[in-house]
Amino acid sequence: MIERLLDLFLLALLLITSLAAIRLRDLFAVVMLFGIYSLSAAALFMTLDAVDVAFTEAAVGAGITSVLMLATLRLTGRYEQPPTHSPLLPLGVVVTTGAVLIYATLDAPHFGDPTAPAQRQVAAHYLEASAGEVGVPNVVTAVLASYRGYDTLGETLVIFTAGLVVLLLLGIQPLQPHCPTRRPASEQVVLQVIVKMLIPFILLFGAYVQFHGDFGAGGGFQAGVIIATGLVLYDLVFGDGAAQQVVPPRWLPRLAAAGVLLYGGVGVYGLLKGHALLDYRVLASEPLAGQHLGILLVELGVGLTVFTVVLAIFYAFSSRGWR
Amino acid sequence: MDLMVLLAGLFNYWVAIVLMMSGFYVVIARGNLVKKLVGLGLFQASVFILYISIGKVQGGHAPILGALIERYSNPLPQVLILTAIVVGVATTAVGLALIVRIRAAYGTVEEAQILAQERAEDAAQAEHPDDPA
Repeated sequence: MIERLLDLFLLALLLITSLAAIRLRDLFAVVMLFGIYSLSAAALFMTLDAVDVAFTEAAVGAGITSVLMLATLRLTGRYEQPPTHSPLLPLGVVVTTGAVLIYATLDAPHFGDPTAPAQRQVAAHYLEASAGEVGVPNVVTAVLASYRGYDTLGETLVIFTAGLVVLLLLGIQPLQPHCPTRRPASEQVVLQVIVKMLIPFILLFGAYVQFHGDFGAGGGFQAGVIIATGLVLYDLVFGDGAAQQVVPPRWLPRLAAAGVLLYGGVGVYGLLKGHALLDYRVLASEPLAGQHLGILLVELGVGLTVFTVVLAIFYAFSSRGWR
Repeated sequence: MDLMVLLAGLFNYWVAIVLMMSGFYVVIARGNLVKKLVGLGLFQASVFILYISIGKVQGGHAPILGALIERYSNPLPQVLILTAIVVGVATTAVGLALIVRIRAAYGTVEEAQILAQERAEDAAQAEHPDDPA
């Protein structure tokens, strides 16, 4: 019961923040509201048993996306101009579409129904058989890296491509040693001390999430984002370019490609051994040991690609403001 | 009474649809490109909420196998959404990078002003076709 009330409260909070974000024309406030929206969504995912999703959303939505949007606002201006045409037509379109969608839900299985079609079929198989077939306790990781490993390889490639596109569009301005870098938070001594104490723990937590993802919540996607968030935080508090001295930008495209190659290489190795693509059983003499090793390597590839792409995107946006 | 059952059973989906439509409204009604991307982000997050709500099972636990747990929520929507979130931030970054380049080329990120400039350029081109633009 208390879970359901929490659920309702968070949904109400999401509605309020989204309506406020529509009304405001100060884009800085809109981006902040978007961060709150993402954080409430992450809390909602927690109540809906989706722990892996919850902390991905917290790190990505409330962390990285907000930072990227603020970096864009610095280059494009803070205020939106009043709309030039009447809102009636879009309102009509939206209300009609919404009404049709709500009508379509009327005969849908109710929330939480264990007999709904979505809960049977393949999901039931994953829950019953993954302990014997893949052997890792976190079923989400088993599905992500093993059952649907082909799918995840595609997603990793999409992320890699998106990173390349951002680098092609914006590029990373090289760090000039004598250029007076902006120090947005140089007066904030308390902030600097706290952040300095926090960063080792953020990085350690990222490593834990990376390597413990088979057993508890976590995996390469979350770990990559969390470690990148640590460096982004360092850069924000200690002035532009601080993170570039720790991880130079010229490493990033190569490391991102190495992550994709590691993932693809594990897949092709199975192919060369005469099995299917991404069949991890060939990696060791025992099938379950092979699955373990395969998931570990594949998640490492994902983590490396996600970390370097997110960091490269951040560098591209933040270094553009220097000129 | 029936209405209450319906409301309790479908409330999550309805909220997801309202959020989806509020994002959709921002995308089609507002002219500022950054605001449009925020709208797209609202839309995207509402789809995540819809999927995760579908995967929730009453009395279920997070799908990490344990000895004393009998019922788990559905892991499949969680896998799909987990990767979609990270892909989402990468594609949003591509959109933002395009906006930065549009601002550099046109000096504005308001749709109406960009279109006005485009029209003016086209008209100038029609008047002097030999002029290399």
